[in-house]
Order: sequence, then structure tokens, then C-alpha cells
Amino acid sequence: MAAVSMTVNGHSVTADIDPRTLLVQFIRDNQRLTGTHVGCDTSQCGACVVHVDGKAVKSCTMLALQCDGANVTTIEGLATGGVLHPMQEAFREHHGLQCGFCTPGMIMSAVDIVNRKGNNLDEHTIREELEGNICRCTGYHNIVKAVEAGAKAMAGSGMKHAAE
Amino acid sequence: MYAFTYHRPETVRQAAGLLSRKDDAKLLAGGQTLLPTMKQRLASPGNVVDLGKVAEMKGIERKGRAVVIGAMTTHAEVAGSPVVQEAIPGLAALAGNIGDPHVRNRGTIGGSVANNDPAADYPAACLAMGATIITNKRKIAADDFFQGMFDTALEEGEIITKISFPMPGKAAYMKFPNPASRYALVGVCVAKRGSEVRVAVTGAGASGVFRWAEAEAALAKRFSSKSLEGVKAKAAGLNADIHADAEYRAHLIGVMARRAVDAAVGK
Amino acid sequence: MSATGIGASVRRKEDHRFITGAGRYTDDINRPNQAYAYFLRSPHAHATIKTIDTSKASRMPGVLAILTGDDLAADKVGGLICGWMIHSKDGSPMKAGAHPALAQGKVRYVGDHVAVIVADTLAQARDAAEAVAVDYGVLPAVVDTATASKSKTVIHDAAPDNTVFNWHLGNKAETEAAFKAAKHVVKLDIVNNRLAPNPMEPRAAVGFYDKGEDHYTLYTTSQNPHVARLVLSAFIGIAPENKLRVIAPDVGGGFGSKIFIYAEETVCVWASKKVGRPVKWNSDRTEAFLSDAHGRDHVTHAELAIDANGKMLGLRAHTIANLGAYLSTFASSVPTYLYAPLLSGQYNIPAVYAEVDAVYTTTAPVDAYRGAGRPEATFVVERLVEVAARQIGMDPAKFRQMNFVTKFPHQTPVIMMYDAGNYNASMKKALEIADYKGFGKRRRESERRGKLRGIGFSAYIEACGIAPSAAVGSLGAGVGLWESAEVRVNPIGTVEILTGSHSHGQGHETTFAQLVCERLGVSMDAVTIVHGDTDKVQMGMGTYGSRSGAVGMSAISKALDKVIAKGKKVAAYVLEASEKDIDFKDGKFSVKGTDKTLDFGACALQAYIAHKFNGQDLEPGLKEGAFYDPTNFTFPAGVHIAEVEVDPDTGVTEILNWTAVDDFGVVINPMIVEGQVHGGIAQGVGQALLEGVVYDKEGQLVTASYMDYCMPRADNLPSFKVGMTVTACPSNPLGIKGCGEAGAIAAPPAVINAITDAVGHEDVAMPATPKVVWRAAQKALKKMAAE
Ligand SMILES: Cc1cc2nc3c(=O)[nH]c(=O)nc-3n(C[C@H](O)[C@H](O)[C@H](O)COP(=O)(O)OP(=O)(O)OC[C@H]3O[C@@H](n4cnc5c(N)ncnc54)[C@H](O)[C@@H]3O)c2cc1C
Ligand code: FES
Ligand code: FES
Repeated sequence: MAAVSMTVNGHSVTADIDPRTLLVQFIRDNQRLTGTHVGCDTSQCGACVVHVDGKAVKSCTMLALQCDGANVTTIEGLATGGVLHPMQEAFREHHGLQCGFCTPGMIMSAVDIVNRKGNNLDEHTIREELEGNICRCTGYHNIVKAVEAGAKAMAGSGMKHAAE
Repeated sequence: MYAFTYHRPETVRQAAGLLSRKDDAKLLAGGQTLLPTMKQRLASPGNVVDLGKVAEMKGIERKGRAVVIGAMTTHAEVAGSPVVQEAIPGLAALAGNIGDPHVRNRGTIGGSVANNDPAADYPAACLAMGATIITNKRKIAADDFFQGMFDTALEEGEIITKISFPMPGKAAYMKFPNPASRYALVGVCVAKRGSEVRVAVTGAGASGVFRWAEAEAALAKRFSSKSLEGVKAKAAGLNADIHADAEYRAHLIGVMARRAVDAAVGK
Repeated sequence: MSATGIGASVRRKEDHRFITGAGRYTDDINRPNQAYAYFLRSPHAHATIKTIDTSKASRMPGVLAILTGDDLAADKVGGLICGWMIHSKDGSPMKAGAHPALAQGKVRYVGDHVAVIVADTLAQARDAAEAVAVDYGVLPAVVDTATASKSKTVIHDAAPDNTVFNWHLGNKAETEAAFKAAKHVVKLDIVNNRLAPNPMEPRAAVGFYDKGEDHYTLYTTSQNPHVARLVLSAFIGIAPENKLRVIAPDVGGGFGSKIFIYAEETVCVWASKKVGRPVKWNSDRTEAFLSDAHGRDHVTHAELAIDANGKMLGLRAHTIANLGAYLSTFASSVPTYLYAPLLSGQYNIPAVYAEVDAVYTTTAPVDAYRGAGRPEATFVVERLVEVAARQIGMDPAKFRQMNFVTKFPHQTPVIMMYDAGNYNASMKKALEIADYKGFGKRRRESERRGKLRGIGFSAYIEACGIAPSAAVGSLGAGVGLWESAEVRVNPIGTVEILTGSHSHGQGHETTFAQLVCERLGVSMDAVTIVHGDTDKVQMGMGTYGSRSGAVGMSAISKALDKVIAKGKKVAAYVLEASEKDIDFKDGKFSVKGTDKTLDFGACALQAYIAHKFNGQDLEPGLKEGAFYDPTNFTFPAGVHIAEVEVDPDTGVTEILNWTAVDDFGVVINPMIVEGQVHGGIAQGVGQALLEGVVYDKEGQLVTASYMDYCMPRADNLPSFKVGMTVTACPSNPLGIKGCGEAGAIAAPPAVINAITDAVGHEDVAMPATPKVVWRAAQKALKKMAAE
């Protein structure tokens, strides 16, 4: 067992864990934050994407111990004070989800895209930047629309770095 | 994943010490290759030495006519580095096209080069640009470093600390991604420095990255994609799998090489 | 149209929980003291099991039990079933080999279930699995669909030539006569590639047994929890229905693959009693590739007969369908009644004849995957039609139009009675949206850039709303395919709808509520849709075959009629009027010719307090149920047009434009319907361009992860142009036809027709990966150079 402490959605947490615990297992099993999902074994689907120190990562491909001292944001930490993040709102408004399984990872990735590429995203950029997120339901059409609109809305709300 | 003991050194020395003291110890860089392999129980190191806190292995600097990149520098950092973008734009573009944004936020140049996946991108750049792999023990020329699929000149306990890329006059990398994995089905890096032209091919060779002598000779005469017309890569010794047979890969090597030359000359 | 009623693009009620990470999927459910199951799977495609030695493994830390097929047999747990009987041409019943949840004596595909290890942690279970020693007697694999029946290797003793059935449909003699009379005959050999469904949520199960109550509960990733309970009770024999609760909470996509009753969920619920603790299993992606039922996998020879004027005379097809190593729950229905009856397409074809041979192979079971049978039929028809147009030198749109069915109802030669449609309207609209006229110009522009541009059509039809119980019963189904609904009105007028349909992405919580709002005049917030729990909803048949709108909502509609009728009775007492004078509109009961009204909510309260009609011939309360059984299938149809550009140097195909014009009958929520179309197209494009399950000669699965199985990603697809035409469906009260599968059915032939158009009519197999298209393009360029 090994000790780990990190900040998860603004709360500091400390735990004694088996070193092989993945970040996603720590989030789901230890913190009981089940919004972060696991959809593959090969680090390709992006259902598990969270932010570590403001950057999008696949939480299935990091050890929890690698996040010692880090600031982790999951889908559950995106809305502040009961107000949805503009990207969450955009996914709802533009029907960017069906079964919802890929959605937390999609939204966390989308916020990261805006953080890196700004608020005016064209369709081509969005499609390329979503390379690491697989959705089986939507055909991506409405996800692309949602990300574009969410990016614009983030500028309006001054929430560029809200996810950190 | 099998159980292991976790270590987090803060210097290269400490890391090297752990490697020599601990049985079946493995370095953990970005983990984008090692962790999926361990999850599938295909690797079972008893000790994992995380390089994440080794500050001296990070960063990018320009040293004369070379760009020196710390082994723990992520693909995203290389892609976004103004230094690399200015000095070797083809290298920044290559890094910006590895995997996806999440992988680029974690995966490192040192990990990629040490792993020498036959379908990885960086090995082609190292070989074409004549990079030097700097370890805690020595300096190794790229020509001597890559020794076959997942095989390198690294010795037991040796750690890549930096990679130095001499600035080419012109260079570009073109990748034809595997439709499923998005690794290189075929990737070709061309680099021209002075009168020397080097062409390195990744993804295609059954024993990993290799130099394509015929293309180098043709391009040395005139650095233009026209010079490659009629120069055909041989299918013998190339990979064949469900995504591409050897003949198709050989054809793609030609196409990617021509496109890389066009990109390098700014066409 | 009101803001929330039928036809409004109401934003989804369910989304809030999904976008905030509060969805509750099976893997999110944890029971106190739960143990974990890990399945030891066969590494061989085909082998006898000589011995299983668990002695070392059972002593390992944390191990609670290691169970095998012998334990299942000892407990008299029945095998998995196939619920649709098909008879061969000669009248003999299909040859179904036994399908135990854990192998008994033999394994028949890589991934087949050999044993389950239950332990305190998953890691411990996995460690122990590695220590189980199995002595296999390896047998040859049988992998190839086309030649399986000729193999000397027998997979099931019950089927000595590896053939499940030789089935046929249609009139052979008439069809042969049609071909004799034909001026042109078009012939095609087609492989409909095997697909892995890949809902993003892998399958999972949590089973637990309550000793005090002698009662089981199973949480599982199911599209039809009631069917799961029925099968687990009546056939597998876990427990009688009243002792078994099946819950399918949020389910992360299904596409057919979560209809079936699988080994893992069966074993989890059974093992929970044996170990006295809840047992949880969660599939990883590789296990999903190995053991989720696959889809498609047909090898077909098909021919189309045409007269001198371009009129279609007849169509015949011979198909070999690979059903894998065992018959999955509905496997036998897919290449038969879900396939051949659609071979008439949208066309007036006087004679159709289909022969289908279903074979066993040592591969994962094959069953329904989005579209199920209908994509295979549409591919046959629409490839034949496109190639025919080229062969006789007619415009492919015109050739289709001159052969469309235009009078309804239309009886096809293969069972189906098309009840309503306007195929020309869809075609015209699609041609307009796709700017078909401007295609030539765009093609020349591509040529200037060294690219090959092509355009391809697909005029599909599907039989949905599956479907009338009598009809499916006569065709071999073991169940009736009605749907149930219960409307519970609470005393203050809020409404709970209990439905036997199951939502796993379709947005039922919204569309079903819209129907209630429209009919009862209540607000969206006042309506809750309850589904997916056999303890809450009495019975239901679940969601697949685009049936929830047409069948599930019709049941709700019927129950709502009853609620309104009873409400009128209550209102009559309260408003002191005669029942026949009561009107109900916009949420208000009123007395004709007066200004006396009663709100729906107030009426509900009156129904429960019952002060006004105590002692009269009226029961208190406001709760009604209904079962709805349709009278016909529904027939959504439409035209999709794909426009592609091929890079002849690399063989890369880019989809530039996609036009979809569909007739789904009445649409409840256009936003959701369009979303279903988008998703379906993406899966169809996936089949055409990217996806394909590959087994090697030894029966090892080559495409066992996303490293080799190519999933459509955002950058593989364009945005889609979606249009609609509407002819109401006459066979259900709402006029709904269903939309869930259309895209997946329509898309593959549109893509292949477009690519073959681009590469000079060279044939191209699915998936049309760059390697495949490059070869075709090279041939085409050589031919062009020679000309
Ligand atoms: C979804 C996905 C897509 C990808 N796509 C691509 C792609 O398109 N192209 C591509 O090139 N790569 C791709 N990769 C691989 C990625 O680039 C990895 O980051 C890289 O191969 C390994 O780097 P790492 O830092 O993650 O190393 P790790 O996984 O941590 O380590 C890899 C190996 O190198 C050793 N090692 C690490 N650092 C050192 C060092 N400094 N000295 C000596 N040994 C060391 C480790 O012990 C281990 O054996 C992809 C990965 C994923 C998950
Ligand atoms: S679960 Fe992390 S990428 Fe698929
Ligand atoms: S919404 Fe179901 S996988 Fe994306």
C-alpha cells in the first residue's frame, strides 16, 4: 500500500492505495465518483477523460500515485454551485448525447479543446481534436455542434479555465 | 495489472540507482505505452520507477544549430514549443500528430524513443534528422540506436535523458495512419542538411524504422518530389497485416515520401 | 403544436444526469460485501475439455469459488436458448446444439466460457484464473462462412454438416420464369462483413441473492429486462419469476447486442447464491469483442432480372449466414424473416425468391445488430439496382423511380404488405438537397485536383415496429411482440408512466412524456417515465427493431385513452353533468355548452378522495394499463445519397456530402429522430468503410481491440443533411413508423455505390478500407489509360 493525496473537484483527499490503482479506479471506486467511465482497455475511447492540473488525460492510463499532489477535475466537478458549465449546457441544448456513456469524457475533452484552441472552433478542428473520444450513438454530428456552441458560450461566461 | 512497488525519484542519479538496485524495475515516463501493456498483463515489472518528478529531464532548448529536448518532455510540449516550431517545424508537426490530445499530454519523447514501437513516429524523425540519443551513460547516434522492433541500443539500467536534433535545412514528416490505431501504417520523414539527404521510414518495416537508401540517393541529386518518380520501395521485408499488405505499404512509402518532400520544400 | 407536445424538439429530460456524471449504469452499482467474477475463457477456437484442475487456484488468496459447467449441470441450470424456430425447406426443425453458460466438455470459440472465478477482488479472481489448469484436446477450427458446411470438422453433433437450416422464401418457379423472360440479368457476389456492435458501455452484471426472502436480483445491461427474466426463469431455471427481479438501469447503448441473454449474467445471478455474496462482473473491451454477439456475416450471390424497358421482373438470392458457434437468443430470425421479406425493396418486383443456409462456425455467436437482416437485404437490393442502372445505361435515380411501388397497400411476393409510403417524394427531395444536378461540375472539379468523385444512392425500406404477435408467432417466434404500459396518475395530477420499452440512448423519458403532455395537458415536469425494472413494470418486450415508438407509445396512448375516459366519469360526478356531455381538452374537463370546468389535476384528486361518487358504479383512483399489439409491421423508407472523393494515390475515401431523406411517419421529437438518423448513418458508414471482425485460420480473433477494429471517429464523418417526408403509418394510433435503424440500413450501399461510381464501376468489398479502394482505383486508372 502507498499513501496518496490529491485534490479532487476542489476537495483534498488522502488515501492508502495499492500502487497498481489507476486514476480511474481511484475516482470511481475510492471516491465513488462514477461519472468517469471505462470503455476500453487500450487507452483509445476517451470515456475516462478527466483534467489533471488543467490538462485532459485518460484516467485509465495513469496511476493514481502519478497524481500525488495534483489537482483533478472530473465531470462531477465541472458545474459550479449548481450552475451547469456552458459546455454541459451546450451538449444538452444541441442533443450531443444519446446513451450518455461517452458524454463525461466528451465534455471534459471539449473543455480542454477550448482551453487550448480558443473559443472560435471550426468543424474541421473540432473533428480532429476529438480523435481520442469515441461515441457509438450520435454519429458525432450533434457533438460537433455542441462543442462549437459551448466554446462560444464559454467566452461569454468568462469561464475559459473553469475546469481547473 | 500485477502488483508492483512504486518509486518516485527526483534526479536521474536516484532513478539510475533504483534501476540497478531493484529487481525487474521498469521506468515509467508518460505511461501511454507501459500502462496499457501492464493492464493487459503483458508486462509485469516488480518495481516501477516513475520519472514524473525528475525535473532535469524536462524542457526544450536551442543549443547552437541543434534543438535539445529533455526525455520527459511531452508530445504536446514539443508540438507547442515556439523553439521547435521555429527551428524544426516538421518535428513540431510530427509531435502534434502523435495519438490524440490526451496521449500527447502524457506521452514523452524519451518513452517513445526508448520503446521503439515499429509504428511510432519519433523514431523516423530521429533517424532522418540524425539525432543523438543522450543517456545517463553516453551519447548514441540514431543510426546505432534503433535495432529492430521494440529493440534499441539501451543497456540494462540506462536512461535516456535528452535527445538532440541537429537543425535540418529542410525536413518534413508524412504519416499515413492505421485507420484503427492511428499509429503509422507508413510514416516517412525526409531531412536535408547541407548536401546530405536522409529518408527514414516507420510503420512499414518488419524490423522497425529504416532508412530508404534509393530515395536518399535520388533526392541527393535534386531535392524535389519529382526525383522520386519511378523510385519504388521494395515490398520484401515489409509488414503485412489486416490493414495493409506489403505491396500496398511499399506503394504508400513512395506516396508519403513524395508528399513529405513537397511539404519540406513548402509546396 | 405546443412547445412540449408531439412534433416539438423538446430538450431531453434525461440529459441532466448524464452531463453531470450522475447517470447510473450497471458498473456504477455496488452492493455491500460484493465479490467479483472473472471468466476463464477458451484460448482455442475448438477443443474438447479433458480436465479442469482448480486445486491450486482455489487455494489462492481471496478466492471464494471456482465454478464450471459441471457445477451448472449439478444444479440443473439450463442452457441458453434461441427463441425463434426456423424450419428447413424439407420441414425439419433447425438443428440447435446445446449452449451451456459454462462449457460442458467442449469449447467452440475463442472466448467461450470455461469457468468462473469468484473472489474478494477482481485482481485476485484474475490471478486465480491464471492458475486454473485446463487440459484441452485441440480440434480444427471452422472459420469460413462460405465453406463451413463442407468442413469435415463437426462443431455440434446435432448438426453433422455444420448447417443449422436450409430455408427459403418466395416462389421459385415464378422467379425462374421471370429470369427466363428477362432482357438483362445483373449478378453480384456480396460479402456482408461481420461487425462487432460495440456499445460504448461494455456489458456488466451484478447478481445477488437474499436468503431471508429466497429472492434473486440481477442488475444487467439489457435492452429488455423482462425478456431476460422470462428466459432466466422459464428456460434457464434460475428461479420462478416472482423470485427474480431484473433491473436494467441506465444502459450505455445496445444496438441489438444487449437484447440477448448471455452466459455472464446467468452465471453471476446463479453464483451469488452459491457464494452467499453479491457477485459483480464487468466486461472489458477485449471480452466484449470476444463474447458479445456479432452482427451480419453473410455471403450472398444475388441476381436481378430486368426487361427491355428497364422494368424489374425478378430477384433471387442465395445467402449463407454465419451464426457462429451457438445460436444466440434471436439468431435464427435475423437471416430469415428479418432479411428475405425485405428483398423487394421499394420496388415493384413481381417475383422474388431467396434461399438461406445458416451455418455454425467456431466463432462468437452472431445475432441482431442495428438493422438486423434489413441492412443485409438493403445491401443486396441497392447494390443490384445501382449496378443494373449502370449496366443498362440509365440514370440510377430514374431507374429506381420507374420501378418504385406507387400504390398502397402493396403486397410484395415475400410476405410484406407495405401500407403507406411515397417513395418518389423522398427521392425528389433527396435529389434536391444533394444538388444532384450539380454533381457533374463537382466531379470535374475533383478531377482537376487529381481526385475521383462518386455519388451513390440507397433507397431503403425496413419492416419495423416489431411487431404483430400473431404474425411473428406464425413465423416461428417463441414470444408475442406486443408492448405494455401503465399510466399512474397521482392525487395531485402528476403522472408516472410505466413502460415495457427500455431506453438506452433513445430518449424515451422525453418522447414518451411528450405524448403524455400532448394528451393530458400536463407539464413535462409532471411526468416521469419508469422503465427497466421488472418489479416496477409488470411485463414488457423491450426495445429493438425500432419498436418503442410504434408499439411502446401506442400502448401508452391506449392506456391514456382509458385514463381520460375514467377522468370523464369522475368529472361528470364532480361537475354534476352527464358523462356524455364531458369534453376533455388542453388539460381541462368541461361540460358542453357551459363554463363549468375541472383541471386534470383536480380531477385526479377527486378520483382519489372519492367523495362525490362513493357508492356509485365507479372505483376510486386513476390508474390504467394497456397492452398494445399492432396489426402490421411499420415500413419506414427513404433515400440516402452519399458523395465521396477517393484519393487514387492512397485509396483514402472521404465522405464529402451526405443526404438523408426519411419517411418515419409521424415524428414526436424531430431533434431526437435526427439524432437517431445520424447515429445510424455513422454505424452504416462504419460497416462500409472501416469496420470488420477478422478471425484468422486458427479461429483467433485478430480484431480484439480498438487497435485493430476500426471504430468511426469524428474525423471519419461529415455533418449530415437530414430531410423528412411524412406519410402516416395506418397500423398504429399515432402514425409512427420508427427511426432507430434507418441510417444503419441505408448507409452501406450508398457508400459502396458512391465509391464504385468514383472508381469506374470496379467492385469494392466492405469494409472499403484504403487498401481495398486503392486497388480498385488502380485498376480503374489502368483501364482508363488503355481506353
Ligand atoms: C491511444 C494511443 C495512441 C497512440 N498513438 C501514437 C502514434 O500515433 N504515434 C506514436 O508514435 N505513438 C503513439 N502512441 C504511443 C505514445 O506516443 C507513447 O507516449 C509512447 O510510445 C511512449 O511514451 P511514454 O512517455 O508514454 O512512455 P512509457 O509508456 O512510460 O514507457 C514506454 C517504455 O519506455 C521506457 N522508458 C520510458 N522513458 C524512458 C527513458 N527516459 N529512458 C529509457 N527508457 C524509458 C519504459 O520503461 C517503457 O518500457 C499512442 C499511445 C496511445 C495510448
Ligand atoms: S477507458 Fe480510458 S481511453 Fe478508454
Ligand atoms: S452517447 Fe452513447 S456513446 Fe456517445
